[in-house]
Amino acid sequence: MKKTMKTISRAVSLAAVAAVGFTLLAGAPAQAAVGEVEPIDLQWSFEGVFGTYDRDALRRGYKVYKEVCSVCHSMQYVRFRNLAQPGGPEFSEGQVKTLAAEITVEDGPNSDGEMFERPGEPKDAFPSPYPNPEAAAAALGAVAPDLSLMTKARPGGADYVYSLLVGYEEAPEDFNLTTGSYNKYFPGHMIAMPQPLSDGQVDYEDGTPNTVEQMAKDVTHFMMWTAEPKLEQRHRMGFQVLIYLVALGGILYFAMRKVWAGAH
Amino acid sequence: MSGESTYTPGNGFSRWLDDRLPVMRLVNDSFVDYPTPRNLNYWWTFGGILTFCLAVQIVTGIVLAMHYIPTTELAFASVEHIMRDVNYGWLLRYVHANGASMFFIAVYIHMFRGLYYGSYKAPREVLWILGVLIYLLMMATAFFGYVLPWGQMSFWGATVITNLFGAIPFVGEALRTWLWGGFAVGDPTLNRFFSLHYLFPFLIAGVVILHVWALHVSGQGNPAGIEVKDPKKDTVPFTPYATIKDAFGLVIFAILFAYFVFYNPNGLGEPDNYIEANPLSTPAHIVPEWYLLPFYAILRAVPDKLGGVVLMFGAIAILFVLPWLDTSKVRSARFRPLYKQFFWIFAAACIGLGYCGGQQPDKILIHVGDGGFDVTDLSRILTVYYFAHFLILFPVLGLIEKPKPLPESIAASVLPGTRQEKATS
Amino acid sequence: MAETHADEPTRRDFLYVATGSLAAVGAAAAIWPLIDQMNPDASVLALASAEFDIGAIPVGQEITVKWRGKPIFIRHRSEEEIAEAESVDVSSLPDPQPDDARVIAGPGGELEKQWLVVVGICTHLGCVPLSYRGEYDGYFCPCHGSVYDTSGRIRKGPAPLNLEVPPYEFVSDTRIKIG
Repeated sequence: MKKTMKTISRAVSLAAVAAVGFTLLAGAPAQAAVGEVEPIDLQWSFEGVFGTYDRDALRRGYKVYKEVCSVCHSMQYVRFRNLAQPGGPEFSEGQVKTLAAEITVEDGPNSDGEMFERPGEPKDAFPSPYPNPEAAAAALGAVAPDLSLMTKARPGGADYVYSLLVGYEEAPEDFNLTTGSYNKYFPGHMIAMPQPLSDGQVDYEDGTPNTVEQMAKDVTHFMMWTAEPKLEQRHRMGFQVLIYLVALGGILYFAMRKVWAGAH
Repeated sequence: MSGESTYTPGNGFSRWLDDRLPVMRLVNDSFVDYPTPRNLNYWWTFGGILTFCLAVQIVTGIVLAMHYIPTTELAFASVEHIMRDVNYGWLLRYVHANGASMFFIAVYIHMFRGLYYGSYKAPREVLWILGVLIYLLMMATAFFGYVLPWGQMSFWGATVITNLFGAIPFVGEALRTWLWGGFAVGDPTLNRFFSLHYLFPFLIAGVVILHVWALHVSGQGNPAGIEVKDPKKDTVPFTPYATIKDAFGLVIFAILFAYFVFYNPNGLGEPDNYIEANPLSTPAHIVPEWYLLPFYAILRAVPDKLGGVVLMFGAIAILFVLPWLDTSKVRSARFRPLYKQFFWIFAAACIGLGYCGGQQPDKILIHVGDGGFDVTDLSRILTVYYFAHFLILFPVLGLIEKPKPLPESIAASVLPGTRQEKATS
Repeated sequence: MAETHADEPTRRDFLYVATGSLAAVGAAAAIWPLIDQMNPDASVLALASAEFDIGAIPVGQEITVKWRGKPIFIRHRSEEEIAEAESVDVSSLPDPQPDDARVIAGPGGELEKQWLVVVGICTHLGCVPLSYRGEYDGYFCPCHGSVYDTSGRIRKGPAPLNLEVPPYEFVSDTRIKIG
């Protein structure tokens, strides 16, 4: 039996080593390129096995997104109804309807074959400021990327997005800034987006201090949710699945011992 | 080992069925009474684990295909639709995407197990070749599948890999255009990749059946690398002994699987693939999925386009002739002290190639003056070792190595009282 | 292949049964997501309600709108059509239902008898009936000849039930919301 135990523990540890190895291999390119600064490592409530979103942060983050980011950026995969679903900001159905009705949507064609405008409904996507990427580039000088998946689409994830938002500073004297702004955390440091946040820019109704750091944190929290809206369900189910598998593994181990006892 | 059938129909119906379609006899003889060497360790559970992986991929894949739309206009959006709207869509997609990685983790362990214990040696050459064929089909399937979400890595991965075929003299250009169905990766390419991605797993399943058939003709190898002498003493029936051990191994594997799906679902993927494909801008650093990195490193190690492609495919092709390159009379590395050391060097070389494949080729590893020893230099050394391992070491080692004494029988190698060779393993 | 019946068969059997049951429970639970993914998803459910302007429909005419992928008939009934629908002996119908039960009250609280809103799908096998056809001035299904009256009730033919009235309400005098 000792031998079996040893074999198992050896197999398990080898599997663990392999897993770590594969993660390293896959993650290795993330920290390549020269001139990149490691993003600030923040503690987020959505990290870890039991990680969940902070509803208040999500609601504040939505306000920051709406009043600041959405002026230039689209968020085409998120719909107003998502704001009410479990695991998100969890606005009430009524609040969502009011928020959606603030926008105007082109719909149609109607029975006369014409397009018409109507107030937004919960089923509608967040409005895009420009009809297509070309129009955005023409107006802004560069395409403002869609923000729906931003925290999953950059190495460093939420930490990187937060760092970028607070990473604007004066360019060092020896840095040749030809265009745009200097950002400590942006690869190459030269970013087309001007500093988006300044202290006191967005009014927080819940009395949270509206500093750049706080707003950056909240809007990043919000963008983590838009990228991964099922995270809470995933964490919850994952825990149940792991408990089940450990239990099944345990009972199988004893059943296996019983079976193999007959072979010797 | 494919001796007499031990199946005895229990009742009237099974006798009636057995006379017409002996399917229960086949199941019984293959998976119940099938004699299994009694000394199999946990590395032998990966055959079952791989079957599980294939089943999971096929089932989740069929279900995902119900929601996926293979057009360049809608592919990316339909994947987001799966992630956000479809009931349990996020779970199904994460299982499928990480399932591919888990499949490759398992197949690599299975293959290295074969290398360590000499499972490819006579009389199991055909069994091994079928396995290499499955591995090739898996790589093709995974490649097609990776293109489907139509992210930046999907698009540029597809562009780079299809361009490899352009290196073939005379027909390369035409072949590439034929693969694309146009003058760049586009709608026709995506649509045919989707079709092939759906087809290939069933080809894999077909070859798996041949693989298991070949296995049941020659009988399973075992850690001692010796043949069964007395079935009564050396073997146990597949069910329940191997079945329950496989089940236990599978559950341990499933825990690792669940960790990735639920707590690190994008850890094995690339952030760039969450950006929709843009044919006008290549990401700064493009890499294939981790399981293809060693071959990617070999490709980049060669300064010549055609040469790189030839070596890359050669690295896989060489596996087909391995049974005839190895000259050793002894199968298991347990009794081959020299080969055992080179096995681990080979494993390290493969991991090293994987590391190189994931790095910028001009990244300096050891600084010397202005330049130094960079990733390309390392991949060249490792590529040379990779081929030397097969073409030089395998033939030579078998001739110069003095193997340790083999145990008398499988039973003697595991049952108490006869443990002398244990110390060597 | 040792024979190990004997000492404590009950405890051993219990272990095997428990292992098998636990594995079966897990397998069953794993199947549910595979089944549920075919149910209507969140985007489909979100489209479930829709508003329509009915102010422009003249008396004696009908429009067809789409709701949940199905045709909805909105008919502005004339006095004669209403009278025809109300004059029938309800108990003689295959699916007895008075006309009053097939219309709803408007914003004022009174029954809006002039508005008939029904799902335009024959209750027989799902074809779309033709409007203002058949001997009861209502609907006629070309597939198997079911005939409906001006209240959308089945009068003749193989269909078992009246045309379904979808859930709807009056948002204003000239707008209804279906769903």
